[in-house]
Amino acid sequence: MLVLLGIAVVVAGFVARINPLVVILVAAVVTGVLAAVGPGVDARALTAAAIDTIRRFGEAFNDNRYFHITWLVLPVIGLLERAGLQERARDLVMQVRAATAGRLMLVYLVVRQATAALGLTSLGGHPQMVRPLIAPMAEGAAETEHGALPDRARFRIRSMAAATDNVGLFFGEDIFIAIGSIVLIVGFLEQAGVRVEALHVSLWAIPTAIVAFLVHGARLMLFDRAVRRDMAKIEAEELGR
Amino acid sequence: MITLEHAYVATGLMFAAFSILSLRDPLNPTRFRSALFWGLIAVSMLFGSWLGGLGNGLLVIALVIIGAAGRLGVGRPATTTPEQRQAGADRWRNALFVPALMVPLVAVGGTLAAKHTAAGAWLISPVQTTLVALGLGCLIALAAAMAWFRPPVMAPAQEGRRLMDSIGWAALLPQMLASLGAVFLAADVGQVVGDLVTRVLPMSSAFLAVAAYCLGMALFTVVMGNAFAAFPVMTAAIGLPIVVHRFGGDPAIVCAIGMLAGFCGTLMTPMAANFNVVPANLLELPDRNAPLNGVIRAQMPTALVMLAANILLMNALAFRF
Repeated sequence: MLVLLGIAVVVAGFVARINPLVVILVAAVVTGVLAAVGPGVDARALTAAAIDTIRRFGEAFNDNRYFHITWLVLPVIGLLERAGLQERARDLVMQVRAATAGRLMLVYLVVRQATAALGLTSLGGHPQMVRPLIAPMAEGAAETEHGALPDRARFRIRSMAAATDNVGLFFGEDIFIAIGSIVLIVGFLEQAGVRVEALHVSLWAIPTAIVAFLVHGARLMLFDRAVRRDMAKIEAEELGR
Repeated sequence: MITLEHAYVATGLMFAAFSILSLRDPLNPTRFRSALFWGLIAVSMLFGSWLGGLGNGLLVIALVIIGAAGRLGVGRPATTTPEQRQAGADRWRNALFVPALMVPLVAVGGTLAAKHTAAGAWLISPVQTTLVALGLGCLIALAAAMAWFRPPVMAPAQEGRRLMDSIGWAALLPQMLASLGAVFLAADVGQVVGDLVTRVLPMSSAFLAVAAYCLGMALFTVVMGNAFAAFPVMTAAIGLPIVVHRFGGDPAIVCAIGMLAGFCGTLMTPMAANFNVVPANLLELPDRNAPLNGVIRAQMPTALVMLAANILLMNALAFRF
């Protein structure tokens, strides 16, 4: 039971916003030392357990170097950005003439999920795409349709634009073999003595990706109705006044 | 034959270049610490197998101290101006996507070739084929981009360093969590959590076990704000021993969908600051400081439906393939 304190360290550390690298290392040592605690165990034995844990952690760290292979993609992406990749992606999104906020975000969901599945996770994101592009374009589309927007509708559209970016990213990126979560799965299973191929893991992210597209896409199709309801509510309130 | 070791050497050389270039960059506010951090990763990639367990452990401690001592600065290598980039976008148009697409194509094609053709099996090692092929894909795409866009010779290392700096110490997070998972496994933490859960919830059927694993992933992620941190604990507790070993689920399917169940938790928690709080601030939402701000409320219905969908998908797929 004592070893559960290691998990408590992880939770407390994350809640207290301590640097996660420190939290993880401390949690490992706490777990390893507490696993050795028992009747008749003295301080020297506990120190030995701590050193043993660091040795085991180091071995596992070395076995899990796979992850860094994925960074080999950074020079390629950096070169393409230098040559105008993000500007080109922006131009492509701007060409979309979607009449409503919901439909525009639906197009963005497709683009975000598809590019994340190809490993191009840095093409979207809140600072790069949502704030400068997607949110203003969605607001603009709604304004063209309804005229000036009340705050309630405006903030609803902005929130949905951010949500769409997250959903597209989360349920797209795992299809790409070289993303952190896939490598973590492969590394974790290898430590547990189960060998799986990264490609095999990433393939099984596809069913969830399809369902996520259908679910969030359906919500975006219905989204324009929610905005219209917000508008009607405001009008009714103004009439009542 | 190209093996994992070759990929490690290529990666190590890249980090060594990042380290040297950081050291020589006066515009990086933490140039010495950055150079040391990337340099130690280069050492790990190039010589890790000769350091032994304790040596690697000490290397980790050094990396953690350097990474936690404060933000790592972002270097500012010379790059193109926004105007030049727009001109590049207009000039090369969709050709810009081609090298980016070559990476996954070579990775998937190389994996399949190594599994099913004699030439592929001769070229690429059967151990961790996908990652070896991915490394190969990156190098091929890099060569193609260099030939096509004709940037300065040092541009790949400089642009790569710019992106690496913006990722910073977070680059170590998955590797650290996987190693923590190894310590948890050795200390039988998973079994203790598993026993606790089994005492509360009877795992009498495969479906109950799948539901407990997925819900556990989501809840633990809500608390920690990070599915990566929840994964080693919940998988060692329920995923591996019960869903995979007792009920015979396929480990790749169980883990892939289990991780996505964790992502549903990420969509619902203010602890995942960079996904849920940063955009609320960027978009100036009036409720940006509330625990359940507008972004999280917009995500909630999708997240809950997807959590249920993941449980059903895992139950339908894991025991069939």
